[in-house]
Amino acid sequence: MSSSIAQTVKTVVSRYGGDATRLMDVLIDVQDELGCLSHVTTARIAHTLGVPQVDVEQTVSFYHFFAREPRGKFAVYLNDSVVAEFCGRGEVARAFEEAAGCRFGEVTADGVVGLFHTACIGMSDQEPAALVNGQVFPALTPDKARELVAGMRAGKTVEELKGGRTGDGQNAHPLVRALVHNHIRRRGVMVFDHYQPGEALRKVVAMSSGEVIGVVKAASVRGRGGAGFPTGMKWDFARRAAGDVKYVFCNADEGEPGTFKDRVILTERPQMVIEGMAIAAYAVGAQRGILYVRNEYRYLRSYLEHVLEDMRAQGLLGAAICGQSGFDFDVSLQFGAGAYVCGEESALIESAEGKRGEPRDRPPFPVEKGYLQKPTVVNNVETLCSAVQVMLKGAEWYNRLGTEKSKGTKVLCVSGDCDRPGIYEVEWGFSVNDILQEAGARDVQAVQVGGPSGSCIGPGEFGRVLAYEDLATGGSFIIIGQPRDLLKDVVLNFARFFREESCGSCVPCRALTGMAQVVLERVIAGRGTAEDVERLQSWQKIMRNNRCGLGQTALNPVVSTIRNFRPLYDARLAPGDPRFVPGFDLSAAVKDYEAAVSKG
Amino acid sequence: MTAKAPRARKIVATTSLAGCFGCHMSLLDIDERILDLIELVEFNKSPIDDIKTFTKECDIGLIEGGCCNDENVHVLTEFRRHCKTLVAFGECALMGGLPALRNFLPLKECLEEAYLNGPTVAGENPGRIIPHDPDIPKILNRVYPCHEVVKIDYFLPGCPPSADLIWDALVALVTGKELEPQYRTFKFD
Repeated sequence: MSSSIAQTVKTVVSRYGGDATRLMDVLIDVQDELGCLSHVTTARIAHTLGVPQVDVEQTVSFYHFFAREPRGKFAVYLNDSVVAEFCGRGEVARAFEEAAGCRFGEVTADGVVGLFHTACIGMSDQEPAALVNGQVFPALTPDKARELVAGMRAGKTVEELKGGRTGDGQNAHPLVRALVHNHIRRRGVMVFDHYQPGEALRKVVAMSSGEVIGVVKAASVRGRGGAGFPTGMKWDFARRAAGDVKYVFCNADEGEPGTFKDRVILTERPQMVIEGMAIAAYAVGAQRGILYVRNEYRYLRSYLEHVLEDMRAQGLLGAAICGQSGFDFDVSLQFGAGAYVCGEESALIESAEGKRGEPRDRPPFPVEKGYLQKPTVVNNVETLCSAVQVMLKGAEWYNRLGTEKSKGTKVLCVSGDCDRPGIYEVEWGFSVNDILQEAGARDVQAVQVGGPSGSCIGPGEFGRVLAYEDLATGGSFIIIGQPRDLLKDVVLNFARFFREESCGSCVPCRALTGMAQVVLERVIAGRGTAEDVERLQSWQKIMRNNRCGLGQTALNPVVSTIRNFRPLYDARLAPGDPRFVPGFDLSAAVKDYEAAVSKG
Repeated sequence: MTAKAPRARKIVATTSLAGCFGCHMSLLDIDERILDLIELVEFNKSPIDDIKTFTKECDIGLIEGGCCNDENVHVLTEFRRHCKTLVAFGECALMGGLPALRNFLPLKECLEEAYLNGPTVAGENPGRIIPHDPDIPKILNRVYPCHEVVKIDYFLPGCPPSADLIWDALVALVTGKELEPQYRTFKFD
């Protein structure tokens, strides 16, 4: 047994050249082969890589998909996001438990089925969805869940469980063969318009790097991950930064619940994304690129590797790109292992270096000291697509789209209570009402714009427009219908999400995400006081001191609903004298003691 | 000429719940200022004067310790009822403190370790009895910080809080002047 561990570790480590910064890849591959990463295995990995075991342990313990014990021949990760719950996730979960004969968090006695919760897996337009050994099973029903478990018990393979079906577009590609659907409802001019790989790059190599950045600046392209930092400025900083080696990262770690655009873009336009990386590389003088993709999209691995190979063959990657001597750039894939915070660029870089995905202190910013302390540009998938089109069609064309401060288009991920969930690429400047109408949403109570870290707005604000100057969004657009219990079904789910995903590095984030959940549960149970609500609000100021965007926005779901839906909170407050916290129940608190002594 | 009527002294009550009396010892560490304190306040229910039950409505209640049994809950609730302002002082009152270390274990395990299986009791309790009697308090399933049981108005951190912090806080409450905590009174390392 242990000799097979040693052999596997040796093979995998040598696959990555014994490079400890490739620890994520090593761990992913070893787990694929051995089923889990036991302490014996991590000790072996540490020994083989020549690093302290604690370095391996801390990385393993950080990521949700790394398992210390076997998670079953079939590891089922059922999404527990808000939208999944809307779509009947509870009944599907019960069906899985009954059919398998074990609870979530457990593996069946025969070791065949393991059931686990997981955060949003980027399938909000086809929930409830689960990952089974990395393959996506969308639009589940209790019947389908029972059928899947029966198939697992009958000895089927994951491929057989899929039943030979595939989704639309490139989801049917022989190297993808996923049950996933794209649901592209509206094609815009940036990402989903006609596209010929290499056209933009050939134009770019005829220009100087300064000219390329000039065009991106003139078009005022801004980051599409949500923060909206000017892309041209970022590239310029990296170009001017001193460094013998520079890197371009594409951030495809979309973990914001309700977001799934990167999944569709990587399925339908992977060449465009990679071409965007090459353009960025040309502009800043980078030699290497890393496409960091969230673990949930590992089913795209062979396909994306094939695309990279194909682009190398076409001279769009590798040495002397487009025949331009000296323009050498190649891209490799890096997968995460389940951690929302890795969507934060410095955490993403840490993760790519094989470490815990904890955000760094800034400055220095990644453009000065990023991956392996070298100047690094990190761009969102969609930002890179915008860059490609800007180079093709020019800044003037780009500036005609959108609003005064938000140029171009935005790919929205519409999900929740509507007839047509899916991908909508629209110019910036559409109102919330426009989107609701197009998606076929009626009786809308609220819309969560920009995911949990964004804001929750009510009908009074549906006239507001999607733009950096009004409602900024990274793409998530969750529609919440009237019958939903906003606090219980939505806000509490988000509060749990942030508590789970906080990396724990900053005290306010670590402590207050937990406390917020406790107080919120109390309020929802009808045992809260007005002071509880005030306290939740007052914590927002403290949270601003956290190091990264996750921590700074983790209370947004609570605070924005207190601001916009205060009556929902007030209606649940406990009656009576608030000096005696209604939450404490003495008779319940002595039950354990009474039970312990009753046997005498 | 009539002498100016002395300003009514504020009435203070104190108690130690699931604590070690260390916070009360720290209160006594105000040394000779205790003479000034007596000028400022009158003590009611408190171990300091051994008054067992409230005989007056109080202005300030000082609570040491959290709640580990039902008697603690009753006392704390009484304090809330009779005190205008309630101050939790010390780690145990604020967070549960050392007693709350048992919160990570089921109560049953704690009781069995203490009365049945621990090295000092094994074989010494042939009836295998976990003490229970209407006269002894019932142990709670976990140790609760005071603010989870009643509303607490102010918190004084420390294990124990320094005498100067307790003094400054009492003076502020009695005089109505805002407390300006001195850095050294809440610097713990």
